[in-house]
Amino acid sequence: MDAGQLKSLKRKNKIKESKTDYVYYAISGFILFLLAVIVIYPLYYIVIASISDPDAVMTGDVWLYPIKVTFSGYAQLFNRDDIWRGYFNTLAYTVLGTAFNIVLTIPAGWALSRNYLPFRKVIMPLLIITMFFGGGLVPYVILCRALGLYQNPLILIIGGGVSVYNVFMCKSFFQSNVPQEVLEAGMIDGAGEIRTFFDLVLPVAKSIISVMILFYAVGHWNNYIDAYIFSIDEDFYPLQTVLNGLLDATAGGEGEVVLEQMRAATQIKFTSIIIATLPILVVYPMVEKHFGQGVLVGSFK
Amino acid sequence: MEINDAAFAVSAESVGAVDEELVERAYEELSEAEEVRKEGNGKWQKWKENFKRRGWILVFILPALIYILIFCYVPMYGILVAFQDYMPGDAIIGEGTEWVGWQNFQTFFSNPNFLDYFMNTFILCILGFIVGFPLPIIVALLLNSLRSKKTKKGLQILYYAPHFISLVVMVGMLELIFGSDGLLDQISIKMGGDVNGLQLFLDADAFRPLFIFSGNWQDFGWSAIIYLAALSGVDPALHEAAKVDGASRFRRIFSVDLPAIAPTIVMLMILSVGNLMNCGYEKVLLMQTGGNLETSEILSTYVYTFGLLGGQYGVGTAAGLFNSVINVVLLVIANYTSKRISNNSMW
Repeated sequence: MDAGQLKSLKRKNKIKESKTDYVYYAISGFILFLLAVIVIYPLYYIVIASISDPDAVMTGDVWLYPIKVTFSGYAQLFNRDDIWRGYFNTLAYTVLGTAFNIVLTIPAGWALSRNYLPFRKVIMPLLIITMFFGGGLVPYVILCRALGLYQNPLILIIGGGVSVYNVFMCKSFFQSNVPQEVLEAGMIDGAGEIRTFFDLVLPVAKSIISVMILFYAVGHWNNYIDAYIFSIDEDFYPLQTVLNGLLDATAGGEGEVVLEQMRAATQIKFTSIIIATLPILVVYPMVEKHFGQGVLVGSFK
Repeated sequence: MEINDAAFAVSAESVGAVDEELVERAYEELSEAEEVRKEGNGKWQKWKENFKRRGWILVFILPALIYILIFCYVPMYGILVAFQDYMPGDAIIGEGTEWVGWQNFQTFFSNPNFLDYFMNTFILCILGFIVGFPLPIIVALLLNSLRSKKTKKGLQILYYAPHFISLVVMVGMLELIFGSDGLLDQISIKMGGDVNGLQLFLDADAFRPLFIFSGNWQDFGWSAIIYLAALSGVDPALHEAAKVDGASRFRRIFSVDLPAIAPTIVMLMILSVGNLMNCGYEKVLLMQTGGNLETSEILSTYVYTFGLLGGQYGVGTAAGLFNSVINVVLLVIANYTSKRISNNSMW
């Protein structure tokens, strides 16, 4: 029996799909396809506009494909010190900040996942309350002032150090993904709590750690407002804050602005959006495979 | 527990080479433990023993706990500022503290725009919830019913990519597409529209649709992940059984898939109702223009611009507290309702 025959046999044996099912699949397929177009188009537009002639962009001719391809926008961007400084600052904040987040979050999730954790009944409510109630923005700023974090770039690293939501995600990961036998074997071999964590738990926690790194890193990478709230010096602005100034500054300057300047400004908006988004979009497919069941399910228990 | 283990280990050993001394010691230990148990309060004793043996686990939670106490609980203490005439740099409780009672709240409530801010927050958040809550559920159900696993995976990855776009970039994109001189504007001019065109960013009526549309564009795929994960846990036998009974794919969504993710839906609903009044002031601030303030000034942006930037710390704290209290009330109501109706609850 050749492959073709096998296929047709299989098809015959399958329960026949009813007409309503075909209608259903057609409609749902169409909806999903439409959603995909809606998601892709704005991204696609920004890309083609960034490499098109600014005149064509400003007259609305560019909407389906790039016109008079040029990379002058990117060339312009390379000459801007503020963007590169912002890039460097953001990189530093993201790496250091995420490291700080991970050091606080992963061990906390592990501790909470153990039933024998002393004071567990007190600690859990303490954490849960913060998910729904807080002092608000102003008292938070007052506190940071008192701690000397006002006008101090350090706040961009240690601010938002623990997300309770993420801690609970780690907790449920550890609850369902660390085999009890391994822990018992470790105990019999005389491993204490510290040894257990570093030698037995961390090695199986790679997927949750990478997901946490992504979550926190995205948060640091996207943060623009803290630099304003804490009056950080412009030299220490993260990329997003620089970008905000860039996108904003030329928003309303019609009339007196020379056409040439306007062209440049339009172009740089598109290109800066792309270079500010690219790093995250490159990293995320690498971590994406961990978003499976193991990590995300049960995070609401 | 431990003692039993010890006894077991000893007896196992004694099968091989009889070591009477060991057996004896084990029995001694057993009786000793029995005495201790009788003497002390059993539970407390057990707790103490556990603490001695495994208390080091606390080391792992301590850093996070200290951080949360400082950065979440100290600001709660800072709420006292709402009842003071506070100047930046003052101590919260010190010699110069001026207690003013409810005066800050009065200032806030008697602001002629107070009701507008409140309604703006409420409408924006409730609309966002009505659109944004069911959308990921529908998408997850549709995706889950796809027959090709590859298509499903591919679409999924595509759908949640926009989640990683930053707010600044998101609003920048919105402006380039919907703003004045943006793509839509140019196209409408070409098609014979007004030359002064669509100024959607200056239009108070356009603010809410733009905000909600862009928010959903960014996050519907991301929010669908959790439902997809729950759906992948559904036993295929259930689907087979329903098929045999003649249920169409569409029908099975309601009788197999939805019941399976109902607990997740309820849980997420409680969570989002409890955070209903926080709809992201960072993004609202980015989208605010002189033209759309009428709908875009919400409580949390008021806290930022008037309270923080304006130096009115007392009033700002009071406004923030008002917002938080509404959230807590909503949470309690949502939790209570869900407990009564579906037996699912947070506590």
